[in-house]
Amino acid sequence: MHSIAFYLFALLAITGGIFLVAFRNPVSSALAMVLSFVGLAGLFIGLNAYFVGIVQILVYAGAIMVLFIFIIMLLDLNDEKPVKFKSTTVLAGVIIPLLLVVQILGVIQSHNTGDEGAFKKITASSMAISAKEFPEDSAIHKSLTHPKSPKLPDTNLIGHAIFTRYNFPLQIMGVLLLVATMGVVILSKRSSKKAS
Amino acid sequence: MASLNEFLFISGLLFAIGLAGVIIRRNIIVIFMSLELMLAAASLTLVAFSRFHLHEGLPDYNGQVFVFFIITVAAAEVAVGLAIIVALYRARQTINVEDLTSMRG
Repeated sequence: MHSIAFYLFALLAITGGIFLVAFRNPVSSALAMVLSFVGLAGLFIGLNAYFVGIVQILVYAGAIMVLFIFIIMLLDLNDEKPVKFKSTTVLAGVIIPLLLVVQILGVIQSHNTGDEGAFKKITASSMAISAKEFPEDSAIHKSLTHPKSPKLPDTNLIGHAIFTRYNFPLQIMGVLLLVATMGVVILSKRSSKKAS
Repeated sequence: MASLNEFLFISGLLFAIGLAGVIIRRNIIVIFMSLELMLAAASLTLVAFSRFHLHEGLPDYNGQVFVFFIITVAAAEVAVGLAIIVALYRARQTINVEDLTSMRG
């Protein structure tokens, strides 16, 4: 990833986060959240994690943002009266995250690897070496050792990891989603019965 | 290419912004969005380390699978959390956390 793109997307993510906290109107906050997540997805794609970046946009900007805005509109929160912020809360909200940032900076500074954590490049030869792990006729092997343009088959490799090493956790995730769906249905049903 | 340290710093900064939102804001929906931001910042750390720790020339996909699971859990959490907020709003007609003090000891 070129440095300019990195700084652009990092700036997008950070400004989105700041706007999310600073805007009074919850709808503006939700849109700022999407701005921040688009920046994050750009960073993911810069890290050769194409699948995770696309899923980030699809799930957060597509599904979760719509859900948030739907709830804000449903509850009709646009005419929110200005709330007074307590000075102690604001002070705590500035000092505690600041301490966290200082601590993270300290850890990054003290961890001296010499090369400052530079990323190694993924080249055609390194991909050809790793292709030996996969069967010759598989899509992953063909993409890694393509004679003209070898590409990183990111989605295939994640799918391979999920359905072999992480098969059981994946099924647990399915159960979790089912439980969440049932929980939402029961929660909204009971409250509507109470209201009527 | 930007280094690992820069990615970790951006991730820490995003996490701190989300934490500040959770502490300062009084609107429970905005607090919820700040929580999502903190989860996404943690994902950035995982993806950066996944790319940094090359396993036989490829990124270490264990980290990215973990990010995939985080996104799944976050989606389920948002659905349940927003249903709870709607139920709360029907019961109390408020989403300001200052007004929700019935469990204060």
